[in-house]
Amino acid sequence: MNNKIIEVNNLTKKFDDFTAVNDISFDIKEGEIFAFLGPNGAGKSTTIKVLTTILKPTTGKIVLNEKNPETDKNGVRKSFGIVFQDPSLDDDLTAYENMQFHAVLYKIPGNIRNKRIEDMMKFVELWDRKDSLIKTFSGGMKRRLEIARGLLHHPKILFLDEPTIGLDPQTRNHMWSYLQNVNKKERMTIFFTTHYMEEAQKIAQRIAIIDFGKIIAIGTADELMKKTNTKSLEDAFLKMTGHVIRDEEASSTDRMRTHRRAWGRR
Amino acid sequence: MKKQAQQIECVRIEELGEEDNMSAIYILWLRQIKKYLRSRSRLIGSLGQPLLFLLAFGFGFGSIYQKAGQGIYIQFLGPGIILMSVLFTAVFTGIEIIWDRQFGFLKETLVAPVPRFNIMLGRTIGGATVATIQGIIVFILTLIVGFRPNNFALIPLWLIVVFLSALLFTSLGTIIASLMEDMQGFQIIMNFLVMPIFFLSGALFPLKGLPPIMEFIVKFDPLTYGVDGARWALISKSEFGILKDLSILIIVTVILIGIGSYLFERIEA
Repeated sequence: MNNKIIEVNNLTKKFDDFTAVNDISFDIKEGEIFAFLGPNGAGKSTTIKVLTTILKPTTGKIVLNEKNPETDKNGVRKSFGIVFQDPSLDDDLTAYENMQFHAVLYKIPGNIRNKRIEDMMKFVELWDRKDSLIKTFSGGMKRRLEIARGLLHHPKILFLDEPTIGLDPQTRNHMWSYLQNVNKKERMTIFFTTHYMEEAQKIAQRIAIIDFGKIIAIGTADELMKKTNTKSLEDAFLKMTGHVIRDEEASSTDRMRTHRRAWGRR
Repeated sequence: MKKQAQQIECVRIEELGEEDNMSAIYILWLRQIKKYLRSRSRLIGSLGQPLLFLLAFGFGFGSIYQKAGQGIYIQFLGPGIILMSVLFTAVFTGIEIIWDRQFGFLKETLVAPVPRFNIMLGRTIGGATVATIQGIIVFILTLIVGFRPNNFALIPLWLIVVFLSALLFTSLGTIIASLMEDMQGFQIIMNFLVMPIFFLSGALFPLKGLPPIMEFIVKFDPLTYGVDGARWALISKSEFGILKDLSILIIVTVILIGIGSYLFERIEA
């Protein structure tokens, strides 16, 4: 249990003059379930984007599954699966086609591909909707399909960026028990961000609290509570990050969404 | 440690190891085709403009053209209008990367363990195929309006010209999309790039007897060579000859694919 699957050293990510992630360092062990907690705009998603090669770090070093994203992007990309915070399915394709697309990109061999897709879609209970276009899916259904897709290629590491938003408690429960099972069976490392304290406390083996781009505490839920002398993780979190409500700046994507809504689809 | 490794009850793709990046190109191509075939409204809507141009210009200027001793204008205009719709369709399918970014799907392709070049190539060939199909449909439209090719045996060569032009302009769309954050600049692109490419290409008028400055600009426009090549194949009229047309189209396409993949490689989402 001692080999590190993710190593982050002095990672900084700046957008122009705004520092989203400010000199953070942490390690995650293979097979660990690790949670990233933080207020809106604290740098959680940015960290995930840097770890998953979508963004380039401004400075700092990352090693993921013994591979360096600077020199071996594809090696890194093969090592993980990801469920993004925003939907990332193709609305004009069917659920099955989206899965197939993923399976081909991740080079899942043809002879096991269809079986694997079927298994995963059955797990998220979407098999009977396999031929429906994604645009007919509800938010929760999309989420479930994305989770199934993220697991499709048996990744060594699974990144989940606020995966349970929009899911009802039943689905959330079902999903986590499955993920914990895969975590045990396949030693899949799970790195997730969340706003639900009880989720972090229940699921994660270790928790990092990030605020203003800095990691302010890292440890088990008990350790964090002890450190702040509080009775719940939520209190510990609030004590460390304060009570001020944060706003995320609208991203260009959000702006475009509004724009497009106003203009209608081409 | 070894013991733990044995407990893993799955095949990780990284251990399968084979490097098959061709199927990534194929699946991205397939995606474009499926999306195109599914959006009937887009298909039908995109026929309106060429039809309008054929009728308005073809019949509007027809008599003037004939009085000037140039023959039947619709014969001259047909290949130009076909290439116009190839231009528009191709640039738009290229620009679609921006929609993918907006709907989040782009991220799925950006984190995939496939060289970005293959992703870009698959999309581009897919977009070019769509634009070529569109070109064929508009070709049929011109036949209905009264256009008659001289030699049907040269249709395959015409198809090559159309596909090359489609590749070229899809790559151009990719380049634009890689540089643009969102659709705010779309009007600028339309008015200052796509429209000029069309109007300054010789799609509507003969290249002979143009003012020198105009001639200079027209010769810089890659669509000029697409239109000229199409005329060579369809109505046996050409300013530059098919070899020159094809060579220029190929060279510009290769350069644009190069730039496009360089920029696509650097996309952050």
